[in-house]
Amino acid sequence: MNFCNSNHASKVIDRQALDNLFGVLRSQSYTLFGPKVSDQAIVYDEIQATDDLPIGWTDEQDAGSYRLKKRDDQALFGYVVGPHSLKKYLFPPAQRLWQVSRDGEQIKLSPEPEDVVKRAFIAIRSCELHAMAIQAQVFTGGEFVDSTYDSRSRNTFTLAVNCGQAGNTCFCTSMNTGPEVTAGFDLALTEILDGARHEFLVEIGTELGAEVLNAVDFRDAEPEDQQTAKEIVNRATGQMGRSVDTTDIKDLLTRNHGNTRWDEVAERCLSCANCTMVCPTCFCSTVEDVTDLSGDNAERWRRWDSCFTMDFSYIAGGNVRTSTKSRYRQWMTHKLATWHDQFGTSGCVGCGRCITWCPVAIDITEEVAAIRRTDVAGATEPLKRGA
Amino acid sequence: MSTLEFTKEQMVLADPMLPTWFRVQCVRRETHDTFTLDLACQDGGGRFSFAPGQFNMLYVFGVGEVPISISGDPATKEIVVHTIRAVGAVTRAMRNLKRGDQVGVRGPFGSAWPVKEAVGRDIVIVTGGIGLAPLRPAFYHVLAHRNDYNRVVLLYGARTRDDILYRDELKLWRGELDLEVEVTVDSSVGRWRGNVGVVTKFIPRAEFDPGNTTALICGPEVMMRFTIQALVDRGVETRDIHVSMERNMKCAVGFCGHCQYGSKFICKDGPVFRFSEIEDIFGIREL
Amino acid sequence: MNAASMNALLAEHPFFDGIPPQYLDLIASAASEARYERRELIFHEGDEASVFHVMRRGKVAIEIFTPDRGPVAIETINTGEVLGWSWLIEPHRWHFDAQAIEPTEVIAIDAGKIRESMAADSALSNELLRRFVPIIVGRLQATRMQLLDLYHVDT
Repeated sequence: MNFCNSNHASKVIDRQALDNLFGVLRSQSYTLFGPKVSDQAIVYDEIQATDDLPIGWTDEQDAGSYRLKKRDDQALFGYVVGPHSLKKYLFPPAQRLWQVSRDGEQIKLSPEPEDVVKRAFIAIRSCELHAMAIQAQVFTGGEFVDSTYDSRSRNTFTLAVNCGQAGNTCFCTSMNTGPEVTAGFDLALTEILDGARHEFLVEIGTELGAEVLNAVDFRDAEPEDQQTAKEIVNRATGQMGRSVDTTDIKDLLTRNHGNTRWDEVAERCLSCANCTMVCPTCFCSTVEDVTDLSGDNAERWRRWDSCFTMDFSYIAGGNVRTSTKSRYRQWMTHKLATWHDQFGTSGCVGCGRCITWCPVAIDITEEVAAIRRTDVAGATEPLKRGA
Repeated sequence: MSTLEFTKEQMVLADPMLPTWFRVQCVRRETHDTFTLDLACQDGGGRFSFAPGQFNMLYVFGVGEVPISISGDPATKEIVVHTIRAVGAVTRAMRNLKRGDQVGVRGPFGSAWPVKEAVGRDIVIVTGGIGLAPLRPAFYHVLAHRNDYNRVVLLYGARTRDDILYRDELKLWRGELDLEVEVTVDSSVGRWRGNVGVVTKFIPRAEFDPGNTTALICGPEVMMRFTIQALVDRGVETRDIHVSMERNMKCAVGFCGHCQYGSKFICKDGPVFRFSEIEDIFGIREL
Repeated sequence: MNAASMNALLAEHPFFDGIPPQYLDLIASAASEARYERRELIFHEGDEASVFHVMRRGKVAIEIFTPDRGPVAIETINTGEVLGWSWLIEPHRWHFDAQAIEPTEVIAIDAGKIRESMAADSALSNELLRRFVPIIVGRLQATRMQLLDLYHVDT
């Protein structure tokens, strides 16, 4: 991801120019990944042109519910986020880490070749950009660097888009992660659609972005264009379907491990792991060691895992988190509280996916509010002598 | 002569997910379910450095990988020693390894026992079961630097007489005049004339100065809980108590998420923790 | 041994740490030294608990005799500990055997005398129970830990 304090003034392009811009990226060997309608949802997939985008579609989301609906216009970006996030590209759901073969005494380990695919991420929302930055911190920001994540995130181009509307499960304003794209992009669009007018205000985030934009027709943005774009983002801000009071949230959750609300939510939670699969920041994985039939060739695979599965906490003798209550508590407390200690930020970007895709409509924002209402103040007593 | 030597700095440069191949020098039976694996670097000339308390990820070809604490002498660089309990598919496969077989090693990982911080103080080591294995390197270090420490106490609890690890060494250490070594078993079967009862029973009367003691504990969590309480009852501060924790682990470098313990990652923040740093979460069930 | 030196012996034992002097005198008057050789039986299951011991030196195994396995040690009692509390509770009979497994020196205290004194003096009774109860609780906790079989892993 490229960060740059660019002084470039904003530009305006039309749909044809946007299509051309996709072409420019492809001519520079980028593979484009962006939103696309598939299986009655808007997912991320490989795209070629603006025609592949979910033109004229929107999504209606609520806790445990997601429906596509036709819009009465031809908006390219008139929806929010779907079940996929970009993590599937940078941290693939299943990934071979290495292969090893044995020939008599000789053992040969073959690391995976460095990923050199140039990926252009198209129509990326602010919450998604924040999620990428959070995952990058996990995989590349510490003492150890995950080489596969590192190589995959190196050759990317990010064409962001400001949200012009918010979904019913969105709460990025609470998490300070949107809806306005502020950093981590090469180019950022705001779609202006007003009767016959269909244009895109383009902000330039990096030199690379400026170069790509220079290859297509644009005009300088007028103050009115800027004003219009601002109003569009403000409209999304005003539409947030959910909110979270994050005041003191780290201490609130860590001191409430004994709150009976966890029992209540565990009555509903199916421990299905959907929330962790759709979450753009969840990073847990497991490894699988496999061999071929000869037994002389083995591979190690890394696969997404979830703290909601029983085996996740297995140690010789048993599982540490046997109850659904403890697993839900682990997930939510990690996401909103202990993540701060580990990585310096919240692990939640307020995208609302975990709410939408929960089959029993558990709502993380509602759970935080419930814990806050029933706050069990007072932490664990320190050990005393002669107890 | 290879100069392969793992230091923390070099680990960052090398890909921490890729194993290096070591050769089995010998597999020694310790008890009915526990054995010790001596590994040498593939070309026979490699050197392996670690700090007492650290662990390796050991991979058996095609079977899988498990975290195992290092239990050899930190002064020995040619051989890497692990004492392993055969409790799962991978560890059972390890028990069947033969001299010359190859094992994938990633590591060393994790935090260490505070043997430097403890200089000039009494050292009290309390262990149970296989918990003696991760503490043996610390004990070796203390023995090799005996003059750096005041009183040295080793308290060890095992299930039965037949489950006692490192029996010959324990006998040797018990014979030293400047060490207090106590061994006890939970259950007495056969001709055992030693101590019977839990390991915590020695704490009230062991010879150490609670105000100038560094305590190192490793064992099942319940055993550690009672041990900590007994040490605190004696007047040892929780900041002077160090424990080694265990959780599921897949990567050992903080990527897989499995070993999270509150805000800690056992793999990189632990496994050895100053107890005062985890005191608030230690008693929380299913954390 | 004269009263003063017995008094001193008792005073240096951890069990009597901080006990008021008048009680120490009383206990000293009921106390005598005893020594047991390795394998010597100190008391026997079912016998009257007429005496209790504070351990000055050595190691004693508390055992139960089983028909199939012979004597099984439940616990060992070491230097500085107290051996036996069945004398406190009716029917004042030992529930286990106690056998010295190392040469052992104890102070044997006449339980009958102490029981009489405790019955007459509730403050003494309190003082001694306050010291015995933590020992009993500690052994109960230890027994529970042993029951947990902490070091065993199902495989």
